[in-house]
Formats: sequence, C-alpha cells, structure tokens
Amino acid sequence: MSEDMKLTIDRRKCVGRKGQTIVEVARENDIWIPTLCFDERMEPYGACRVCLVEVEGARALLPACTAEITPDMVVTTSNERIDSIRRTVIELILSDHPKDCLTCESNGSCALQDLAYRYGVKESSFGGEAHSYHLLDDNPVIERDPDKCILCGRCVRICEEIVGAGVYGFVGRGFDTTVGTPYEHPLEESPCLFCGQCISTCPVGALASKLSKGAGRPWELEETDTTCPYCGVGCTLTLWTRDNKVVNITAPLDRGVNRGNLCVKGRFGFQYIDSPERLKHPMIRGKDGRLRKTSWNKAISLVTERFSGIVEKHGADAVGGLSSARCTNEENYLFQKFMRAVVGTNNVDHCARL
Amino acid sequence: MKKKDKVVVGLATCGIAAGGVEVMDEIARELKKRRLDVELDETGCIGCCFAEVLVDFEKEGMPRVTYGDVRPEDVPALVESHLVNGKILKEKVLLIEGRKTTEADFLKKQTRIVLGNCGILDPEDIEDYMGIGGYEGLRKALSGMTPEQVRKEVLDSGLRGRGGAGFPTGAKWNFCARAEGEDKYIVCNADEGDPGAFMDRSVLEGDPHAVLEGMIIAGYAIGATHGYIYCRAEYPLAVKRLKMAIRDATGKGFLGSDILGSGYSLDIIIKEGAGAFVCGEETALIASIEGVRGMPRPRPPFPANKGIWGMPTNINNVETLANVPWIIREGAGKFARLGTKGSKGTKVFCLTGKVRRGGLAEVAMGTTLREVIFGVGGGIKNDRPFKAVQIGGPSGGCLPAELLDTPVDYDSLPAAGAIMGSGGMVIVDDTTCMVDLAKYFLTFTQMESCGKCTPCRIGTKRMLEILTRICEGKGEPEDIERLEKLAVDIKDGSLCALGGTAPNPVLTTLRYFKDEYEAHIFDKRCPAGLCSELVTFHIDPEKCNGCTVCARNCPTGAITGEKKEPHGIDQEKCIKCRECLRRCRFDAVYTV
Ligand SMILES: Cc1cc2nc3c(=O)[nH]c(=O)nc-3n(C[C@H](O)[C@H](O)[C@H](O)COP(=O)(O)O)c2cc1C
Ligand code: SF4
Ligand code: SF4
Ligand code: SF4
Repeated sequence: MSEDMKLTIDRRKCVGRKGQTIVEVARENDIWIPTLCFDERMEPYGACRVCLVEVEGARALLPACTAEITPDMVVTTSNERIDSIRRTVIELILSDHPKDCLTCESNGSCALQDLAYRYGVKESSFGGEAHSYHLLDDNPVIERDPDKCILCGRCVRICEEIVGAGVYGFVGRGFDTTVGTPYEHPLEESPCLFCGQCISTCPVGALASKLSKGAGRPWELEETDTTCPYCGVGCTLTLWTRDNKVVNITAPLDRGVNRGNLCVKGRFGFQYIDSPERLKHPMIRGKDGRLRKTSWNKAISLVTERFSGIVEKHGADAVGGLSSARCTNEENYLFQKFMRAVVGTNNVDHCARL
Repeated sequence: MKKKDKVVVGLATCGIAAGGVEVMDEIARELKKRRLDVELDETGCIGCCFAEVLVDFEKEGMPRVTYGDVRPEDVPALVESHLVNGKILKEKVLLIEGRKTTEADFLKKQTRIVLGNCGILDPEDIEDYMGIGGYEGLRKALSGMTPEQVRKEVLDSGLRGRGGAGFPTGAKWNFCARAEGEDKYIVCNADEGDPGAFMDRSVLEGDPHAVLEGMIIAGYAIGATHGYIYCRAEYPLAVKRLKMAIRDATGKGFLGSDILGSGYSLDIIIKEGAGAFVCGEETALIASIEGVRGMPRPRPPFPANKGIWGMPTNINNVETLANVPWIIREGAGKFARLGTKGSKGTKVFCLTGKVRRGGLAEVAMGTTLREVIFGVGGGIKNDRPFKAVQIGGPSGGCLPAELLDTPVDYDSLPAAGAIMGSGGMVIVDDTTCMVDLAKYFLTFTQMESCGKCTPCRIGTKRMLEILTRICEGKGEPEDIERLEKLAVDIKDGSLCALGGTAPNPVLTTLRYFKDEYEAHIFDKRCPAGLCSELVTFHIDPEKCNGCTVCARNCPTGAITGEKKEPHGIDQEKCIKCRECLRRCRFDAVYTV
C-alpha cells in the first residue's frame, strides 16, 4: 500500500498518496487547476505553464502537473501572481493563434477556448507576428493545422509513449518551433498507424479527424457509451450520433480498460454501420441457392435442427466449433461451455490460435 | 646543463584566429635560417586577447618577455634583436617579467588560480602539468582521504558553481553522493554558449588536465562510475586537447580502472554538443547526452537524484572543476581566505566590448567592477566615457556608472539586478544605445529558446517586437508598462532559467536607463545616436576640411562636395550605414 499523505490545497485538507502529483490530488478533491499540456495517459511535461501553483516554502511557482506532493504541503492554486501568469500565457498563445473559432472543428471541445472564457481573455493585447503555415492535408484521415498548434507536445508524447510509433517531433527553435514529421514527409510515408491517438489528445483544433469534419458540434450530438465490437479487449467507446447516425467515436479517459486509448479500427472504423451492403437480418438459403430474409426464431431453429441431425447420425465429435477473437472472454467461455455441455464435444478452438 | 632558450607562441583559438599559426611557422623558418638552437613551443591563452598574437621569449640572462601584436613580418626583427643581439625589441613589448610596462597591470591586478597555467604550460604535454604539481591533488584525495573528506574539504572551501547559479559545490556533491543508483555520473558542462564568454574554452585549451583532474576528484567524491564532458562542437581545439589529456591521463593511471591502485575506477567520454545555448541547462544537457532533442524538464526531480538514464548525476562547470585540484592540494582554508563572506576564491571574467584591454580577467571575489574594468581592463577605448557593463551574458543585467563600486560576488550583483552568470562582461560607452543593447540580448535568447514553454517561446518574441518598434521610433507610451509586465510574468512563469532570466537585460536597462527608453518613445530620439530610424547624419562645415574620404566611401553616393571644401549629405540618398562617421578623421560627421 502506498503511503497516505496529508496536505492542504486552497485551505482544504486533502489526503493523497506518495508519488501523486498536485494535479492528481486536486482533481480527486474536485479542485480545479487549469491544464493544457497535461493528459493523464502520458508522463507529465510541465510546458504550458497554466497549471503553476504556489507552494509554501518554495520560491518559484511549481507546475502542478509535475510536482509531487510532500507531507503537509500547503498549496495555493489561484492568487494574483498566479492568475496574472495564466492570463499572460493565454494572451500569448492567442497572439499566435487564428481566431476562427466559428468554423473550427474543436469549437466547444477546445481547452484553449475554455481557458480564455474562464479568464475573460478576449484577445491578446500584445499583437505582433502570427504564423501562417499551410494546412497539412496529406492523407485520408488526419488533418493538421499548424497555425492552431499550441506546442503542448501532447501528440508527440502520446505517439511516442503510448503508441510507440514516434511519428512527430519538435522542429526548429524559438518562436518558429513547430511540431512535425521528420523532413516534413507526409504521414503516409511515416510510421503512422492512423490510430488517431494524437487527435484524441490535441487540446485544440490543430489535429482533426477528416471523417468527422463538419458533422456537428458537441452540443448538437448525442453521446452513447458502448463497447468496441472489433476485438476481445473490449475498449469502451463513446459514440457521437446525430439523427441516429454515428459521426464520431472517442473514448472516455476515466472508464473502461482502455482509459481513453483506441486503435485505428475502434476510432475510425464506423462507416460500415450505415453501409447498404451490411447484413441486418438472418437469411436462409433456399433450394434454388438464393438467400431469403427470415426471422431469428426460424433461423436458429434451422441451425439447431441441422446440428442435432449431424450429432445423431455421426456422433458429437463430428462437430467442431471455432470462436472469434472479436468476442469477449465471457462470450468465448460460454461458447466452449456450449460446445462441451450442450453439443458434447471438446472440438473447440479459437481463431487467435491459428 | 644549460637551459635551452625557448620561444612560446599562444595558440588557443584566439591566438589562431589572430594569425598565430602563421607567426609560429615564420618563427620556425627564421630559427632554421639562422641555425639557432632554440626550443619552439605552443601554449594556451594567457588572457591578453587585446594583444594577440602573443609570443614569449625566454633567453639565458634575460628576463622573460612577452611580445604582443606580433605579425609574421615582425618575426625576423624580433628574432634578430632578442635572440641574436640579446636586446629587447621595445616597440613590441607587452610584458617583461618583474618589470613595469604599460600593460603590466592587466596581469598584476589579477589573482590567478584557474588561469594560473594558461599561457604558461604546454597543454598537450602531461609531463608539463605534472611538473608543477599536477595530479598531486588526485593522488592526495585517493591515497589519504575518504570521499566524505573530499566533499567536506570542498564544502569548507566555500567553492560555488561557476556555471551561473552559484550553488555550493560541496553541497551539490553531497546530494549526489547520498542518492541511490546502480550507476552514477559526473558531467563537466563545457557547453559555454553565452555570447561574449570564452573563459571555459581558454581553460580547456590552456590547461585541460586541471579540468580532468578536478573531474576525477569529483567523481571519486560522489562515487561516480562514468563521466561525460559535454563540450560544444564549435570548440574543436578544446575537444582535441581534451582527447589527448584523457589518453595521457589514462596512460599514467590517473583515469580508467583502479586509478593509482586505489580501487576507484572512472571512464570519461567526450560528448560534442551541436551548439544550442539551451543545452547548457542541466536537464536539457542530460536529454542531449541521452540522444534526444535538448529540451529542459521541470525540476524536481533534480539531476542529483534522476539524471542521465534516471541515475544520480552531478553536473559541474569547467571553471568549477578547474578550482578543485588547487583546493585539494592547497587546502580549503587557503581558498576560503580569498574572496568575501559568501563568495570564496576567484572568478574569471571575459572583458569584451569597448574596454581597452579585452581578455580574461581572474580576480578575487569581492573585487569591485571599477577595479576589474579600469584596473585590469585599463578603462574605455579611446578614452570615451564609461556608460554601462552587462554582466552575466544574456541572463545578466546591465549596470550603470553609479554602480561601478559594486563588488563582484554572489550577493552584491543580484542585489543590483545583475548576476554573476558565467562571467561575461560586455563594456559599453556612450555610443551604445541601451534599448538596442537590450534588444541584442533578447534577440539571442528568443532565437535560442527551445520552444517548450509558452512564456519564453512567445513572450520573449513579444518583448523583442516591442523593443524593435521602440528602436524604430514606433514605440507607444504603454510599451514600457507592457515590457515590465511581460518581463515579470516570463521570469515567474518560464520552465527553465533561459526564459527565467531572459528579461533581465530589459529590466535592468529599464531600471537604470529609463530616460533612454522615454527619449525613443516620446521624443523619437536615440540619445546615443545609434538607432538608424531615429538619427540623421550631418557634416559640420567648421570641422570638415574636404578630404573626400567620406564621399569616396559612401555606398550610395549621398555625400558630395568639392575637394578641400566642406561636404554635405543628401538625406534622401543616405541609408544610415554609418560609414562616413567611422571614416572621418576630423570628427566632422555627427548625428542628430
Ligand atoms: C540556458 C542555460 C544555459 C547554460 N549554459 C551553461 C554553460 O554553457 N556552461 C555551464 O557550465 N553552465 C551553464 N548553465 C548552468 C548549468 O545549468 C548548471 O547550473 C551548471 O553547469 C552547474 O555547474 P556549477 O554548479 O559548477 O556551476 C546554463 C544554464 C542555463 C539555464
Ligand atoms: S495516428 Fe497514431 S501513429 Fe499516427 S501520428 Fe497519430 S498517434 Fe501517432
Ligand atoms: S498538434 Fe495539438 S497535441 Fe500536438 S502539440 Fe500541437 S496543440 Fe499539442
Ligand atoms: S524557458 Fe525557454 S528554453 Fe527554457 S524550457 Fe521554456 S522555452 Fe525552453
């Protein structure tokens, strides 16, 4: 068991565990600390500087996302000094950021917008040069808009730390630093798996899914949690639907085995749902070789009847069962139980063994 | 046996840049021609950069003489006079051992521990170093002292890090020694990236074994298993001499396994950095050694606990380490007697800018700025008035004449708004515009920002834009306030000390030279006559005697006038290149 530690955040007594950071304990206690470069899936990074907090006894402000708690720590998450820096940071980011929220894909789900709103920053008072790069549209799935990038490094880190592909890196120095692929090669020529993990972590609209472009604002869509049907891992998905059509898929950070992570199929493989070629009813092939629509009852009865016939005539071992990796463990368990107990054979296997 | 006569040429990077190799070749040719049996040697930089190329002559029966500003064509006369006729060639003398010369103050007013051997020893010969007690400190530490005792000795000496932050070295070693890890690393930070700083290069080129010895002692004190020297690739001579030093020290058993039979082992690898200023920052340096982009990360965890490959790591600056053998050899007490209460020993400064004798100045801590600039440096070039000194490079501050009596130590400088930093001193006279100076340093920091954190990446850019428009006469009344606010938030909000100190030049120039900012903003005037958008060039007809030099050198033909008649400048054509101002020998060109 890890050690409990008492500390005070904004005059509130809290208890955390050794090794936790200030942000983690604050969130467990419903104390809000703004973040931009923080994503609990990755190692903390401490770059954006909006999570700076004051810790009693420390001269410098500490990033709450990287600073670990210590016994009897006293933390202040907001005061004039802190808020001044936060406001300046937001203004500085906005001074080099397009103000086209009206048409931005991330309107309504943008961490920068939320912070500007919260701190009442309408525009930057600094003015000055703003970058104007080209939109990077070099593949069917991911669109990159470097103008909107706030250089939080989340895409760089998720691709490196979680996906293991290491597609992006920082390029250049100073004001002209950017995030990009080696030698600016298109994503398709990189080790990219098109898992879209980078889109999932981008706090602004710099990375967007082309499959969901223009499909609707978060508040126009309906959210439904479900389990991904593609494999036995059973990742938790949130389907975003509009008029009963799935327009986007994300994964919640706080639930499921996947904790926000998805692979290319789970995240982007949803167009088949409305495909006209999709089988939606059971069908029985007639003597003429043609498939005809039927009811589940009739279809299952037919299967039962035929299998029973085979078992009666040739014995249970004449039947074998092959289960799918797309089923859950529970379903696979039930399947082998069915084969052994109901059909009466041990001829049961699983595609993942092939 | 009679000691052989000797000629020694200063061949550090500065000497080479000034033509030292050509001078050396010429001397060799001359000696051969005259069949003189004289030893010809090279050495590092003695610090008199203002008088490169430097050549020392040692002849039986004569004092040792250092000749300065030696060019290849001076060689025959020098050899003839000094070596053949036994007469000192007065015109070229810089220093004569034991005698007062005009430039003797440069060295006399210094206290040399770190630079003691620079420009004297042959840095490529380990025997030379051993001859003056080199590696005796290491022998003493390994044979008679426990690692704790070594750490205590350094702690008692009061040595503080010379890389910028001034953290007590002994305390730092204790942290690392007490941290747990399978491996431990000792790193020498030789990334020296501050504009105007070259003391580390001079030490590495002039006395590489001292740094190596200090590093091995430090390694022993903290229990390091591996060592790295992180040296910028722009210092090829330093890298070459370090490689030789490592090879020779290993050959003598000072490095490698079972050093001097003590059971302690250490290997040292040179890692060349690609010249990013930020890679001098400890955590970025570690990232760079690990092979990734050099970007700082927040501390804690400190390198002492989690450094290279997550192992305890101790990073020290070149000059810090070069002090260590002396401390062990001579004792902490002797070191602690030099300096002030909170700052012990000496500090090497690089005098550059408008100072008369630019170069390396090693002085006891607590020496005043005045003594350094006027005593060692000989005051301002061309006897112009002193205006300010920027101390500590781009992270430091700019101090005015009223503060010339500030002692240089770790307490007084920060109190005045500057820092010791790595020890760069850029001295400026009345022709320097302070807004322009601040702009210069901010241009550097903005360019070198690693881009990781917002305040530094975008904030310094915005400050730079404001400074630029002030210099162009487009400053707004609110700009001073904007600069001040940004400066405070960038200082407070940046991840590493690059951003954390970047606003210092602006803050100090605002503090001590606010009138210059105001003149630019409100009167659209540059008091130093430097900001080209705010000045116009004119010729004083009283002073102009019509020599035509300006007219002949003006790139746009803006200057016209008859020979021997006062000239005039066509403001439409003038591009403010300052050429006429530089060329006129009668002081007739002036700016408004
Ligand atoms: C941007 C930046 C650049 C630095 N560059 C150097 C450098 O070139 N050399 C150096 O010794 N220290 C440099 N430092 C300071 C080091 O981070 C570190 O404090 C020092 O090497 C520690 O050694 P010391 O304790 O012996 O001074 C730099 C710091 C920063 C923030
Ligand atoms: S889609 Fe996946 S693999 Fe491709 S860059 Fe994004 S995170 Fe990396
Ligand atoms: S693209 Fe998005 S996630 Fe990546 S660095 Fe830019 S803002 Fe951050
Ligand atoms: S302060 Fe500047 S150099 Fe340091 S981490 Fe931030 S951006 Fe990089």
